[in-house]
Amino acid sequence: MTPSLPTIEPEDVRAADKARHGGDFDAPNAVEWHPALFDFLLRLGDDSLILGQRLTEWCGHAPALEIDLSLANIGLDLIGQATLFLGLAGEAEGKGRDADALAFHRDVLAFRNCLMVEQPNGDFAQTIARQFLFSTWQLGLFEELVHSAEPRLAEIAAKAVKEVRYHADLAADWVIRLGDGTEESRRRMIDGLDWHWRFVDELFEPDAVERPLIEAGIAPDRAGLRGRFDETVNRVMDEATLPRPDYPRGVTGGRSGHHSEHLGHLLAVMQFLPRTYPDAVW
Amino acid sequence: MTKDWPLWEVFIRSKGGLSHKHVGSVHAPDGELAVRHARDVYTRRMEGVSLWVVKSSDIVASDPAQAGPMFEPAESKVYRHPTFYDIPDAVKHI
Repeated sequence: MTPSLPTIEPEDVRAADKARHGGDFDAPNAVEWHPALFDFLLRLGDDSLILGQRLTEWCGHAPALEIDLSLANIGLDLIGQATLFLGLAGEAEGKGRDADALAFHRDVLAFRNCLMVEQPNGDFAQTIARQFLFSTWQLGLFEELVHSAEPRLAEIAAKAVKEVRYHADLAADWVIRLGDGTEESRRRMIDGLDWHWRFVDELFEPDAVERPLIEAGIAPDRAGLRGRFDETVNRVMDEATLPRPDYPRGVTGGRSGHHSEHLGHLLAVMQFLPRTYPDAVW
Repeated sequence: MTKDWPLWEVFIRSKGGLSHKHVGSVHAPDGELAVRHARDVYTRRMEGVSLWVVKSSDIVASDPAQAGPMFEPAESKVYRHPTFYDIPDAVKHI
């Protein structure tokens, strides 16, 4: 019996149509990366990585077992996001660095996270203040990134946006309870927000790196996220009966590698093991 | 902090169609946060699709000291079990 040829399915025809000509037609199509995408992905990945690492410091020290788990869950969500963003950054860079290489083998000046995430935890209220401001901003950002013209970035955002919605809601619940709680919890909540308020402007700072990505429909214009952020913050502060903090001038610089002294100490703890024992496995 | 918070009993529905089952308890200042704590403590590995919390102090329980009069009278009532029927072989699911 003559062996029958495999049937040509419509998807085979579609794949053949897309293949390159000139002999290497079965090689996968080279992905074209926007040149600014690497920098942008580092910003996204480093924000999540550094805050995730900060939150792990609460492990075993939170005011109650339930809060210990809440904060650890948020930290793990963020580290998961960082793994995806930095993995994609490594691919976009095309120099063979993976997420681990970017997380553990870069020095402090090469980190592109915003200053807010590297700030010390302080007390529980200060940690909640940071989580509330950061997650509220990150939620607005990811809701836009879901529509990014870069499909792999949009996919990560679509997965992460549900996690971040929970983080923002949980943090807002706590801001309200601490602000409208006892005299002590209110004082601590006001102090916590005061600490972090100067780092809010940086989150919305327009910047030359992202300009071409905004024009290409890959990144949203962060300045445009401010309205929704202010709306949420004002609503929660009202419900918490808290005064709106005021700071004359925002502190910026994280996006270009000018960090506070806190980041180096965080990296020392985070990076020493993979640097000291490069072949260590779990 | 924990000592000031009331205790809440946590019930999880593991999937649609099943009933909520008691899984444990959490401390929380109010019901809304009790649901969040229950989510963070008991559903980290996709254990459920729905959560109930109820203040432990709102549960009315039987008295363990009265277990004798409460439950033992049922022991001698074997006729309450449906075991006195011949099940036809053709009936599979009963």
